[in-house]
Amino acid sequence: MSVGISIKNALKKYGENTIIPDLSIEIRDKEFFTLLGPSGCGKTTLLRMIAGFNTIEGGEFRFNEKLINEMEVSKRNIGMVFQNYAIFPHYTVRQNVEFGLKNRKLPKDEIRMATDEFLELMQILEYKDRMPERLSGGQQQRVALARALVIKPDVLLMDEPLSNLDAKLRMEMRQVIRDLQKDVGITTIYVTHDQEEAMAISDRIAVMKDGVIQHVGTPREIYHRPSNVFVATFIGRTNLIEADYSAADKLVSMDRFTFPMERLPVDSDMPVTLSIRPEDFQMSAMSASGKSGGLICRITDVVFLGLNTHYQVELSSGQLIEIIHESVMDSPFKIGDEVQLTLKSEKINIFTRDGSRNLIHA
Amino acid sequence: MRKKYDIWSLVTLSVLGLYAIFLIYPLFNLLSQAVVDKDTGTFTLAYFVKFFGKPYYFNTLLNSFKVTFGVTILTILLGMPLAYIFTRFEIFGKSFLRILIILSSMSAPFIGAYSWILLLGRSGVITTFFKNAFGIHFPSIYGFSGILVVLTLQLYPLIFLYVSGALKNVDNSLLEASENLGCSGMKRFFIIIVPLIGPTLFAGGLLVFMRSLADFGTPMLIGEGFRTFPVTIFNEFISELGGDDGFAAAISIIAIIITTIIFLVQKYLSTRKTFSMNSMNKIRPVKARGLTKVLIHVYSYALISLSIMPQVYIIYTAFRKVNGTVMVPGYSLGNFSDAFEKVGRSISNTIIIPGISLIIIVILAALIAYITVRRRNILTGIADTVSMVPFIIPGSVVGITLLIAFDKPPILLSGTMTIMVIGLVLRRLPFTIRSSVAVLQQIPMNVEEAALSLGSSKLNAFYKITMPMMAAGLISGAILSWVTMISELSTAILLYVGRTKTLTVEIYTQIIRGNYGIAAALSTILAVLTLISLLIFNKVSKGDDLSM
Repeated sequence: MSVGISIKNALKKYGENTIIPDLSIEIRDKEFFTLLGPSGCGKTTLLRMIAGFNTIEGGEFRFNEKLINEMEVSKRNIGMVFQNYAIFPHYTVRQNVEFGLKNRKLPKDEIRMATDEFLELMQILEYKDRMPERLSGGQQQRVALARALVIKPDVLLMDEPLSNLDAKLRMEMRQVIRDLQKDVGITTIYVTHDQEEAMAISDRIAVMKDGVIQHVGTPREIYHRPSNVFVATFIGRTNLIEADYSAADKLVSMDRFTFPMERLPVDSDMPVTLSIRPEDFQMSAMSASGKSGGLICRITDVVFLGLNTHYQVELSSGQLIEIIHESVMDSPFKIGDEVQLTLKSEKINIFTRDGSRNLIHA
Repeated sequence: MRKKYDIWSLVTLSVLGLYAIFLIYPLFNLLSQAVVDKDTGTFTLAYFVKFFGKPYYFNTLLNSFKVTFGVTILTILLGMPLAYIFTRFEIFGKSFLRILIILSSMSAPFIGAYSWILLLGRSGVITTFFKNAFGIHFPSIYGFSGILVVLTLQLYPLIFLYVSGALKNVDNSLLEASENLGCSGMKRFFIIIVPLIGPTLFAGGLLVFMRSLADFGTPMLIGEGFRTFPVTIFNEFISELGGDDGFAAAISIIAIIITTIIFLVQKYLSTRKTFSMNSMNKIRPVKARGLTKVLIHVYSYALISLSIMPQVYIIYTAFRKVNGTVMVPGYSLGNFSDAFEKVGRSISNTIIIPGISLIIIVILAALIAYITVRRRNILTGIADTVSMVPFIIPGSVVGITLLIAFDKPPILLSGTMTIMVIGLVLRRLPFTIRSSVAVLQQIPMNVEEAALSLGSSKLNAFYKITMPMMAAGLISGAILSWVTMISELSTAILLYVGRTKTLTVEIYTQIIRGNYGIAAALSTILAVLTLISLLIFNKVSKGDDLSM
């Protein structure tokens, strides 16, 4: 039976060192929830608190209504997939998968049937009598998944499960994990530092930094309306440009360029930071008259990557901006050209100058 | 252009040549002594028939097996839990305890035996105290049980060190995965941890087995009527009523066959059960609570105190006043001044003989490790295998083998320091080669290739580049060899003459003669030498693991 998870005011300390000061989240039943953040942000620490490997210094951790703070690891009914899989090297594939069922003292034929079912599901039935050292990374990953799921856990926890695989296999396995999670219908918490992986796989993502959740939302929300500059820069690529907002005429001005911004719920003039993703610029040649309707800049670098072409341009202020355009047969732009930029203004984000708050979001 | 031979071919051939002269030739000599009738020069199995025909001889073999199997099992039962406790839990004073464990394993076993006699023997202090105070009679420390106690307390640290090393390679997430799936505590220890460290346990067990089988001093002192194999070999060879070389050779051959079989069985068992493990998350010690905390502390402290007690007591008696062979009340440094005066030579010998051996060992080990790792071919393969042979030959057999071979022309070495050096080098090389090989495997070949591409000669690249990179590993290996060599008895007791007596031989002699004061003083000097060496080791290896 899958459960919802509720964490209120979680506190984690190592001695005097506070890793997670005060963290609350609600994870819905059957949801694929990802903890995303740079290394050292506390995401694995939080996962291990839920699993029971780390002590909980404060707050309430609940599966549905049940408090699990002091519950033993083995009583929590959690399926866990470890970063290095933690496959028992002295057991065959089948023995690894059976392990949890045997500890639950189930009848023999039941163990056999359940094990076969999950070996089949993970498409590793043919390797059932192999020793782990004779399996590839992807196969070991499948064993780890089968072993975690066969015990019919309430929650599935995964700690960077794809980080040891090569790029191609990583793409394949993340689809496998995604499909499996939907098939089985199990509440899943997934830890990763790879934002692309997180977006591909998750229903919702919590972006963490320094033990604090910065933003919780769907991949779409987090990408398009990041709650602060950290999230905007961590998820995808973006250009940060300082600008000023004038409340009276609802205009944003920067570097001799001004554009209207109607939707900003701000009543006074204030300095802001714009976050503009590389694909949200439109670049065009200077008009013959020399009169421009956009931000004027000079191309300093062009990198052709097939599908897209990356441009680096320099503003008159000296700031470098990254722009991505779909490649075309005959590129009209080359290094040294003066060009003008316009913005897809509905897609840009405007933060307070210190970057702590998204003004559009609020 | 392809050059087939280089400087390393020459090194390989030289190494093989040395082994041919100092190992292969003596072994064949031993074999021929054992199967050729001295008077008629014909082939004979008479010596073997004599050994297996007479219970007097044959029983020593059974006795040895009783001791070795008993000791091996007991050391595993004591050492493995200790290693697990030390890895898994925080223990008060852990690093100090660790030093005590290592220290107690590094002394010569017969000194432990002697100390136990002083404590628990017929007129031992503890025995006497309990007899006088409570009228309680302690069970006898002599014979089988005494040998068992002494060797177990002496050798369990080997298991401890081996298992500790293996536990470092066990990934903590395996333990967590097991707990997550409903298996923890003792159950987890037996079904997850023990199988994973199995191969190392076998290897450590083998070492304990070999050491206890070969140990000569302990059964000699404390065994009384309980005679083991090395004692018989020694007696037959040295016997004052005209030792029988042929018979001693035959017993030696039997010993080598037995150890070879044990070695092969161990090898077969552990290669079949080895798992490649790479530990990303090491097991971190946690604070124990409640009853567990009490039990693990009691266990650790009791066991370690028991094993260090003989050394402590010996050092204590070294400062006691002695009148002739009897201890009298009061304390003095008289024993030490006597020791320096009468047998000072043994102290300098203990520096010189193992010192020279050590230099030879380090150079040979580095070269042999290099050719077996970097120049794999048939010849270096042979060198590798041959260099391991002495590992399975008991110390006293090494002594006899060398004596028989070099007691006559063309190479007459008996009674010299050289022969003692050869004995030590042969016995210690296998260990140092193994540790050097391990060190060398960590160093990428391309560093040396870079040197060659920059115009360095092959030998120059080895001495300037590879050797310095191996240095730390080599030196810590060398210090351990040194410690083992200064406390070596079973080879030296056969090879020494008056001029070449070492500390251990002198201590043994003084104990036999009843000069307990001098024996204790010399033991103390040996203990101090050992302690200093270990402290240097700790410094050099920066707290790395000890591997024997």
